[in-house]
Amino acid sequence: MYIVSILFILAGTFFFFSGTIGFLRFPDFYTRMHATGKCDTLGALFSLTGMALYNGFSLISLKILLIAVLVFLTSPTGTHAILRGAFDSGVKPWTKDGKSVIDTQVRRK
Amino acid sequence: MGFSGTFIILYIFWIILSGRFDYFHLSLGIISCAIVAYASHDLLFKETKAKNVHTQFIRFVKYLPWLIYQIILAGIYVTYLALHPRMSMLIDPHIIRFKTKLKKDPSLFTFGNSITLTPGTITVLIEEGYFYVHTIDKKVAEGLLTGQMEDKVAHVFMEDHGED
Repeated sequence: MYIVSILFILAGTFFFFSGTIGFLRFPDFYTRMHATGKCDTLGALFSLTGMALYNGFSLISLKILLIAVLVFLTSPTGTHAILRGAFDSGVKPWTKDGKSVIDTQVRRK
Repeated sequence: MGFSGTFIILYIFWIILSGRFDYFHLSLGIISCAIVAYASHDLLFKETKAKNVHTQFIRFVKYLPWLIYQIILAGIYVTYLALHPRMSMLIDPHIIRFKTKLKKDPSLFTFGNSITLTPGTITVLIEEGYFYVHTIDKKVAEGLLTGQMEDKVAHVFMEDHGED
């Protein structure tokens, strides 16, 4: 169990690390939010699960899992709120063909 | 339903967070949870006029493992892009706009959050039945537009009957 929890925490740290690298390397605001929003959610989930496993079955690990659930719910909402703020105030996304918004529709097979 | 549901959730939360099981703390919890539940019972369960709440809950629990799997895929994909040496050639970000068939608030919320959690897509805006989604390249945009996730969410909140 000890080793498993260390593996989980290592995986979480790796995702945090790559999220930071992505944040530095991606070209514009929107793509950077991809890096921070995704990798940090995953990193937090992994490290918190690892810590909960490290503690074994106790009240403390239950609390840690509650924090994980909170992160799971709030992180996408926060990402969405920041992005929406940027979109409403007219931040143009970095695109290759210069069109920012494309109209599409769902194609079902 | 509103009051008792809020009370039960709050009380479970109280017990986990306090971690003490003597009568003094448990009764304090009952009193304060009752006050808070009385004051705010209409916040948590706003539209529970809907039928089949239990079925929806069970389907939602079944939906969660798939979502967690998608989150892990998302992390790996974005990590791959972030660490790729020719990253700026691989990505092709756009905001795409498409019409959704979902109508109820909880399903829109779940669908928006699920889009944000899955590989390379973030919900930007939900407006009058249209979703504005920022996608990081063509591939994930195509994946989103197959409508697989939308169908799953529609199934969870029982919106897939009597449509069109």
